[in-house]
Amino acid sequence: MSDFALSCPAPLAQHDRVLMAHGGGGRLMRELIERMFAARLDPQHETDAATLALGGRRLALTTDSFVVRPIFFPGGDIGSLAVHGTVNDLAMAGAEPVALSAAFILEEGLEMETLSRVVDSMAEAARRAGVRIVTGDTKVVERGHADQLYVTTTGVGVLIHDGELAPWRVTEGDEVVLSGDIGRHGMAVMSAREGLEFESEIVSDSAPVHREALGLLSSGIRVHCMRDLTRGGLASAVIEIARSARARVELDETRIPVREDVRAACELLGFDPLYVANEGRFIAFVAEGDGERAAALLPGGAVIGRVKETGAGVVTLRSLIGAERVLDLLSGEQLPRIC
Amino acid sequence: MKHLDEYRDAGRARALAAEIARTATRPWRIMEICGGQTHAILRFGIDQLLPPGLELVHGPGCPVCVTPLELIDRAIELAQTPGVVLASFGDMLRVPGSKTDLLAARAAGARVAMVYSPLEAVRLAGEKQDQQIVFFAVGFETTVPGVALAVREARRLGLQNFSILPAHVLVPPALRAILGSPQSRIQGVLAAGHVCTVEGYEDYEPLAADFGVPVVVTGFEPVDLLQGILLCVRQLEQGRAEVENQYARAVRREGNREAKALVREMFEPVDRKWRGIGVIPSSGLALRPAWREFDAEARFALSTGAVEEPSECISGLVLQGAKKPYECAAFATRCTPERPLGAPMVSSEGACAAYYRYGRHHV
Repeated sequence: MSDFALSCPAPLAQHDRVLMAHGGGGRLMRELIERMFAARLDPQHETDAATLALGGRRLALTTDSFVVRPIFFPGGDIGSLAVHGTVNDLAMAGAEPVALSAAFILEEGLEMETLSRVVDSMAEAARRAGVRIVTGDTKVVERGHADQLYVTTTGVGVLIHDGELAPWRVTEGDEVVLSGDIGRHGMAVMSAREGLEFESEIVSDSAPVHREALGLLSSGIRVHCMRDLTRGGLASAVIEIARSARARVELDETRIPVREDVRAACELLGFDPLYVANEGRFIAFVAEGDGERAAALLPGGAVIGRVKETGAGVVTLRSLIGAERVLDLLSGEQLPRIC
Repeated sequence: MKHLDEYRDAGRARALAAEIARTATRPWRIMEICGGQTHAILRFGIDQLLPPGLELVHGPGCPVCVTPLELIDRAIELAQTPGVVLASFGDMLRVPGSKTDLLAARAAGARVAMVYSPLEAVRLAGEKQDQQIVFFAVGFETTVPGVALAVREARRLGLQNFSILPAHVLVPPALRAILGSPQSRIQGVLAAGHVCTVEGYEDYEPLAADFGVPVVVTGFEPVDLLQGILLCVRQLEQGRAEVENQYARAVRREGNREAKALVREMFEPVDRKWRGIGVIPSSGLALRPAWREFDAEARFALSTGAVEEPSECISGLVLQGAKKPYECAAFATRCTPERPLGAPMVSSEGACAAYYRYGRHHV
């Protein structure tokens, strides 16, 4: 301690380049969307799909790009994921998916057999979800300028209800319903990508959820807002809705289902499952009194929290041992810890 | 992991908290050394269950936080060197050096590979024979055996393109420095279970005796932590200062003999600078001469010398348990995880990051 000194680096300047964290589903991504895109373009960026009135019909429109690595993972692949992701974004707006477009960016040298498997998987996923892939586009880039293939799907759906599903409709007393256990997709992709071997193989939850989501609406459940839990996981989705709605949401950690194998993998890497990606899970904010009925309509559904009051956009979590903490957006993706 | 629920049982946690409240007759100040424990305490809200007057202070047990600025700068310099790929655990990638961090350097063209183990870096060297792979060897005693195995494997494979940038630090010398500091306020210590799985806890016995401070080797789950705190409070109340092992399911007094022997065969203790604290004698590890060919500092001509730093950040005092993160004027205003002033705000085990993430802006 002879040369004791307080040391600290100077603050880093504003980011002058795009970082991976800008796509990680956390605070940096939110900042990028708000300051770079929303400030110049006109997206309805508080929901995953825009709603449009056209010729007396109310439609929903959404688009999503898929860059997952590896392209095949336990429980799915980039093809089926591209269908599920877009179908689910439409469903969250309360829309019955009708048609998708699919645009491919292919890397020179990609094996035709690989591409064929992806396209077959897309076709099968679309058939099961009851949507048609009606148009598309293909581009090929030089080897090394893309990672095998990227897919962008755009979807159009018809709104099946009169109201709007959006954060602004969330109000005091609303109950938060989760459609099933969380964290599987993120951990499945990570274990496949990094060659991590856990005690059992974790399988992605990748699935279309429009039948469950729209089923809530057609059952008369008073749904105010829905959100699928993709990048950033459950926590980021609830935080974003709470902030938009200026609502104080309280979640109960004991009621949030996490499979034991997912939890063990998260512990090992120092990840919080609340922030891990899903591809077949959503939350619904429903009117007070409708929570249990909504949960019963969802396989694996659970009421995990409620809106305590409006005025401040904050999310608190009652921990497994009964203490309370605030949930905040992470800056980017979670990084595995050293020890 | 099979018994995780047992150690997260709310009933057991509350019963232990009540027992702690009954046992403590006066205020006590206990330091948990490990950043993983700091995060668990805040994540589960364990501090909220404790009686008023029982204060937990956070120690220097985050290897990311204490890695000196100069070493991070050297890691970045290596990543920017043509023909070199710097392989690192994910934790280190966001930590700022004096000008940038590894992720931002990668965005600007430096070559950085995130790996999950040092052996993965050796595999990478085997696959990319035309490139030099340097593994950023950060971590406490827990991670050293893995690095030793990786270096031994690289020699066995005859790899000329693998080396490590050694940044390992040892807990007992740092604890001695902190307890011996005139500003130390620490009355009891929770030692990090993970570290002790390798090294055991014999080295803590002279510390407990020399400073009259109880040391309890403690695990990371809520029930572990509360049991550790209870054992520590009991000792304090009874005027004892011994080493106790709460984490017996994973830790033996002698530790892992095989791992320790391997580490001693390949590494020797050296003085090491701790970020925010200063140089602590014999608190780091360097490869012994027989293995020095795998030391990146010997293999590459890297910048030397200290980096001048402004000192708005009080991470040094935070890492020694002298201050809480929210006692820093920059906390959550000029210093956030997106724009960190110091490492404890970015590391997944940093105390400031824990306070920020778990919403303890005003405690």
